[in-house]
Amino acid sequence: MTIPAPKSGRTFFLRPQDLIGIIVLAILLLVVLPLALDNFRLQFVGKYLTYAFVALGLVLCWGYAGILSLGQGVFFGLGGYCMAMYLKLEASSVENTKIQSTPGIPDFMDWNQITSLPWFWEPFRSFGFTTLAVVVVPALFALILGYALFKRRVGGVYFAIITQALAAIMTILIVGQQGYTGGINGITDLRSLHGWDIRTDSAKTILYFVCVGLLLGCILLAYYVKSSKLGRILVAMRDKEDRVRFSGYDVSSFKIFVFCLAASLSAIGGAMFTLQVGFMSPSFVGIVPSIEMVIYTAVGGRLSILGAIYGTLLVNWAKTSFSESFPELWLFGLGGLFIAVVLIFPNGLAGLWQSYVAPRLGPLFGGAAKRRAAPPSASPPASGPVAPAAAE
Amino acid sequence: MFADYSLAELGSIFVMQGFAGLILFSVFVLMALGLAIIFGQMGVINMAHGEFMILGAYVTYFTSQFFLHFLPSLFNIYFFVAMILAFFASGALGMAVEWLMIRRLYKRPLDTLLATWGLSLILQQVYRSVFGPREVGVELPNWMMGSLALTDTIEVQINGLFVMGLTIAITIAVALLMYKSAWGKQVRAVVQNRVMAGAVGINTEKIDRNTFGLGCGIAGVAGSAFTMIGSTGPTSGQLYIVDTFLVVVFGGAQSLLGTIASAFTISQAQSTMEFFLSGSMAKVLTLLGVVIILMLRPQGLFVIKVRR
Repeated sequence: MTIPAPKSGRTFFLRPQDLIGIIVLAILLLVVLPLALDNFRLQFVGKYLTYAFVALGLVLCWGYAGILSLGQGVFFGLGGYCMAMYLKLEASSVENTKIQSTPGIPDFMDWNQITSLPWFWEPFRSFGFTTLAVVVVPALFALILGYALFKRRVGGVYFAIITQALAAIMTILIVGQQGYTGGINGITDLRSLHGWDIRTDSAKTILYFVCVGLLLGCILLAYYVKSSKLGRILVAMRDKEDRVRFSGYDVSSFKIFVFCLAASLSAIGGAMFTLQVGFMSPSFVGIVPSIEMVIYTAVGGRLSILGAIYGTLLVNWAKTSFSESFPELWLFGLGGLFIAVVLIFPNGLAGLWQSYVAPRLGPLFGGAAKRRAAPPSASPPASGPVAPAAAE
Repeated sequence: MFADYSLAELGSIFVMQGFAGLILFSVFVLMALGLAIIFGQMGVINMAHGEFMILGAYVTYFTSQFFLHFLPSLFNIYFFVAMILAFFASGALGMAVEWLMIRRLYKRPLDTLLATWGLSLILQQVYRSVFGPREVGVELPNWMMGSLALTDTIEVQINGLFVMGLTIAITIAVALLMYKSAWGKQVRAVVQNRVMAGAVGINTEKIDRNTFGLGCGIAGVAGSAFTMIGSTGPTSGQLYIVDTFLVVVFGGAQSLLGTIASAFTISQAQSTMEFFLSGSMAKVLTLLGVVIILMLRPQGLFVIKVRR
């Protein structure tokens, strides 16, 4: 739990073992998986990785700052919907939609007797605005929410329940306002990004690499935040909030910052999800997906940045393979995972790695790998024992 | 939007919507009572509360089937038997869960949230595997069907009235138990200061287990009452859990009176708006209103002053 004080004279923000961990992850995602998996499976991994952005945000927000948000799906959805609105407008050009009674607007609006584009859709014609909106809109939303809640010292359980309620509100709103949002089906039939067809296999492979690149960038950002003075204040705040406050720090501002950062990270994931999967729907916004995203983080290890990535991959891989072969068993597995991760290994895979694997690897590699946060190759088979054990 | 209705019609609409709101209020109160005990008194976030309620509903369903096939002469009173069975079934499950899981987590409230969410997923799948994915409904005895016509334009359903009466009775029973009995005094002592309560000779572990069991048992009764007005499926419980938590938080987590007041406010706001707006917008506005009020007044409507 404690973060070692920085050695004097160290200017780089990554410890050597963190650097090794990131490189191993990069090799796994950029070289091993693309070579080992066919296109179809690789696209699945790409989809899982978009959730890893959310898990990354949760490590900072929940693991380090102690703020459990059960509404990360809202931010994931906001990012995804921003991107989907842009893509949908591009797909709904006047030529493409000339059979509609009002050409040039998205098809679901036409079905709902809306005759002109609503004002808040208008700016999403611009790609520049959209990319900005993907990061800024969720952060602004988080800022308002965080400002209102943290300034009044709402925290812990109450914060979790309120964010969960927001996830519920958001879903009901999206489903209810069918004409503006596409309702329960979401925004579908997305075709091209700035004239580039995103439905082809080659485009999907490129998007996968873009996604991995962005994720690695976000991981570096997370490590930077973690190792900065800010990161240490976050941990101090989580453990003894009052002492930090009495030391003269404005606790709520730090909380707001980390909450906004987590929101933006989730939103980037959401936007990449829309691009890779080709649609966005309220089923990725509500209570259930939001809390599932928490379990990815918990399984990976709520204190481990890299662990969260492996946790996300692992849980999603288990979900896909279980629901392919034993659909009725999956909920038992997931439920068991929630309970096991809380009762048996509260620090997740990273905790197991640190207490069982790392001490044995240490002598082999001369201690270089001693304190690395996550298993270097938690490719699905290697971590097999965890998932089946929890599924019983 | 009021222009299309005459004054008398408008009055009847408000009365009827108010009555619908009262039924919703009763369900909220029944669900929230159990949660107010578990969350408000013990500080445990029980995300599986809805599933305990559904267990009560299934018990009621099977009791009604049993009476229908084997004791048709006593069918009129099956509901009272079912209610007692539901209380004990949910209560026993609750005590088992407390013993296996919750007692290890009292110091980590956010983790109870995750663990009980896992429990709720497992219970849902158990219900789906054992009872089937279809929603089931009970047959009401004759005396509960139909409605009373108060005036030409206003009628109220008898089963709704029955649920309301039940709610009042259970609320009074819980209030007496918590505030007048020796056991209730012990519960409140443990909640306020666990170490001191243990020091004066209260068996805190036993109190915890029984309190949790009581909360779950009340959820079971709530589920039992729920079958009177709606059908039951494996995932019905999850639909209500967020509303219920908001009711408890909005009312001020430790105050029983607050829970009732907030259940009343939320249910009335929602059902009155439902008539004029779409159901989804009514719900969005209600929940949003609650969230905004909670931002302004995080401790809820009613606060009990306790020195920490």
